[in-house]
Amino acid sequence: MKSDYFKKLSFGTKMSRFFMNWIFLMMVWLGFTNSFAPQELLVGVFLTALISFLGIRLFTCCDLSLLHPVRLFNILKFIVVFLIALIKSNLDVARRVLSPSLPINPGIVKFKTKLTKNFAKMVLANSITLTPGTLTIDIVDDTFYIHWIDTLTTNPEEAFKEIAEQFEEILLKIF
Amino acid sequence: MSILEILGGISLVIGSIFLFLGSLGIYRMPDVFNRLQAGTKASTLGAMATILGVGLLAPGWILKIIIIILFIGYSNPISSHALARAMHKRKAFMYFKGEEIDAYKEIEEKDNTEK
Repeated sequence: MKSDYFKKLSFGTKMSRFFMNWIFLMMVWLGFTNSFAPQELLVGVFLTALISFLGIRLFTCCDLSLLHPVRLFNILKFIVVFLIALIKSNLDVARRVLSPSLPINPGIVKFKTKLTKNFAKMVLANSITLTPGTLTIDIVDDTFYIHWIDTLTTNPEEAFKEIAEQFEEILLKIF
Repeated sequence: MSILEILGGISLVIGSIFLFLGSLGIYRMPDVFNRLQAGTKASTLGAMATILGVGLLAPGWILKIIIIILFIGYSNPISSHALARAMHKRKAFMYFKGEEIDAYKEIEEKDNTEK
């Protein structure tokens, strides 16, 4: 199944993905070696090129179009929104854990997403897990199943608005 | 004492407070899903803040620290999702305050009839 999908891609898409993986791995390499010495750079260039060539069927999330300035701006915006949500969710956990009456009302709700790419869905699921009071249990096609520590509504649209709207707006612009 | 050392110390203290709150949450919550909620969120920010504090105290390591923080933010939610899904499939005890709200049941019933 997977190889059929891969064969259908054009040569340009494959090269674009290869270069994106190469750039990303090279950044990780620079971060870990923490030096610009020529021999380390040389080894890094060859090693990351080899890895992205061998892993071209596995790392299929993005191609070079991710480096478009508008998308980069949206990625930065996403990171800021995400960090704010992460801090809020931790204060929320602190409030629930420290109050003597343990104010929780758990339940599992579902909603549908407009995202189509698997990688975008995964990013959305991860961000939902780290935002206040929600935990992704499963994704079936385009339906998310969410464990909610304080179930305000069981209506899918309202749940979507409450939980995922702010992230999905930005993710639709990125992917 | 430089400003970086002060910031690093503050970050370490914040991280350890959140890690403590996470473990308190695991102790106090009634069922596995709520424990995962408290554990995941608090341990993610707690670990991030602690490691960031180390990075501020030793500035030469800051790039490695950023990569480790990204990796924690990426992998922690995935592991908790896998645990939650497995526990639901095993029919672990679920705590409800009032009536039972469980939209995921329909998927499991479908799976069972297909078998």
